[in-house]
Amino acid sequence: MTQETHPLEEFTRKGMIPHIWCNGCGDGIILSEFLRALRELNYDMNNIVIVSGIGCIGRISGYINADAFHTTHGRPIAFAVGVKATRPDLKVVVISGDGDLFSIGGNHFIHAARRNIDMTVICSNNFNYGMTGGQSGPTSPLEAYTTTTPYGNIEHPFNLVHLAAGSGAVYVARWTTIHVRLLRESMKKALKKHGFTFIEVLSPCPEQYGRRNKMPKPMDSMVWFREKSVIRNRIDPLKAEITPNEIVVGEFVDTEKPEFTDLLQQQIRMIEMKLEKEGKLTNVPL
Amino acid sequence: MRRDVNTGVYFALGDAACAEGALAAGCRFFAGYPITPATEVAEHMARRLPEVGGVYLQMEDEIASMAAVIGASYSGVKSMTSTSGPGFSLMQENIGLAVMTETPCVIVNIMRGGPSTGQPTKTGQQDVMQAKWGSHGDYEIIAFAPSSVQEMFDLTIEAFNFSEEFRCPVFIMADEIVGHLRERLNIPKPEDIHLIERKKPSQLPESYAPFRPDEDLIPPMACFGEGYRFYATGLTHDETGHPQTDSAEEQTKLVQRLCDKIRRNRDRIVRVERAMLDDAKACVIAYGSVARSALAAVNRARRQGLKVGLLRLITLWPFAEKEVEEVADDVDRIIVAEMNCGQIVREVERRADHRKVTFLSRLGEDPHTPEEILAHIRRIAG
Repeated sequence: MTQETHPLEEFTRKGMIPHIWCNGCGDGIILSEFLRALRELNYDMNNIVIVSGIGCIGRISGYINADAFHTTHGRPIAFAVGVKATRPDLKVVVISGDGDLFSIGGNHFIHAARRNIDMTVICSNNFNYGMTGGQSGPTSPLEAYTTTTPYGNIEHPFNLVHLAAGSGAVYVARWTTIHVRLLRESMKKALKKHGFTFIEVLSPCPEQYGRRNKMPKPMDSMVWFREKSVIRNRIDPLKAEITPNEIVVGEFVDTEKPEFTDLLQQQIRMIEMKLEKEGKLTNVPL
Repeated sequence: MRRDVNTGVYFALGDAACAEGALAAGCRFFAGYPITPATEVAEHMARRLPEVGGVYLQMEDEIASMAAVIGASYSGVKSMTSTSGPGFSLMQENIGLAVMTETPCVIVNIMRGGPSTGQPTKTGQQDVMQAKWGSHGDYEIIAFAPSSVQEMFDLTIEAFNFSEEFRCPVFIMADEIVGHLRERLNIPKPEDIHLIERKKPSQLPESYAPFRPDEDLIPPMACFGEGYRFYATGLTHDETGHPQTDSAEEQTKLVQRLCDKIRRNRDRIVRVERAMLDDAKACVIAYGSVARSALAAVNRARRQGLKVGLLRLITLWPFAEKEVEEVADDVDRIIVAEMNCGQIVREVERRADHRKVTFLSRLGEDPHTPEEILAHIRRIAG
């Protein structure tokens, strides 16, 4: 029997599909695995907020049938902090790109992780700025060719999982778009955890990055991911490197610590109880 | 006992009065970053917000503060931030996002001397054009210029009311002197404070379009977690919120409406105070702390037989064009006094015969003294 509608139809926003992504882009895989994760967790889609930044993957918030906000470049996490702090009952997910989250928005990432505010951040890392035409970014490998590194990149890239772990995230994982089932399980784990959780997903960009770096065909990056990925769960994130010869993937951090909005609400309740007991406002000098 | 409205008479700091005004207006979220001379607003909110069940967040910078304010407002909570020049500059991009996504929010700028780090502890009125034009693109905003501690309280409530009604960012543009002034503050009873809340959608989620305006050009606002599953973007969008990045028609329709929803209501928004203008041959135009010196100067001039009046601007934006035109028709000379190199004077010249207008600039520690303004009045109108 043929199916007339897409199996994830109810999770996508009416009138927004087809998406804007190029053939061979990995962002569609991230979207579909995220939606499958939500379906498997049986989440109430009225209680989830999707926030994204600017760039190709930034359009993802528009494709998901939930409350969604497409912020300015680099600011989805800061926006999401305002949402979570005022509506701690809502599930908050930020999905954005490597340039958005770690170049222009790097400060917000490290501080949200430091606070351990409950949200899941998913980063589509395609090693360059795809939407603007393939410029180098904070994750472009050393010696990579991009439109702004025409003689080869001389900057060292971030190791995002090491950065996330060092900043205080309670769950940190890296997968590629070839690891769809492991990615989905990881997304489910991150969504269920209470605290700041981070998943990096290496994602092909044949149009902008691949064709300048000997991976011009949509399958080339996928083949690279398949042949060079090694799963090393629990290893020191510092050693979880991405090189032409080895891509270390896996779960690197899975821990617990007090969550920000819990501490915030506890403090507010404590102050309110004290006020009720004393029957007057604290003497605030005006 | 109402914890949000501290009814009573106080000898209060301007920055604290602003914070109390916000609480009385129903503000329950503040995100900010320390900066002189606005820090007291944040400190006051940090102490007071938890007492009313609200949330104070110290963010990593002013960019994040403005983003968090928009996120909180879209979560259904009246939200604000406070800052000064350098922080105000950092907020500009997200102020544009608030304009584009029609986010009710209040931004307080306790103005210090610029450009750049300038004179952090000294006063200025150098950001008033930035309030209007600081973010890229075309838009209209609303900005108040309080000139007393009482107005820091009252106008902050007005700012929240307008932001909720018109779904736009509203600015409190106070100079450092007003922010750090201590004088009498009367906080009224809660029942005497008029509050406006944002319009909520009456339609079911299936038929809700988040940016479809009513006849008043303002769309009802659903918030996160209310079951509407809406999408908002800083991209040009149609009434359903879907991006429209190629259509000239949609760009015109949206941007024109964002301007018109304020322009159409300018008569309700704009506020001025007129003093001794009935028979005046000359008029001083001023705002903020300078208006206090200007009033003293005009009083002294009157005692000396000079027919001078004062037009105090309580709102800076939208500009009081009609009110300035009316005065300009009646007087021979206009003196604009402000603590910058000439900002509001340009707006005045646009509406009055520019040959009638003289400008009295002042930069640095103190505002114009009454003597200085009086001497100028005598020079040109004496």
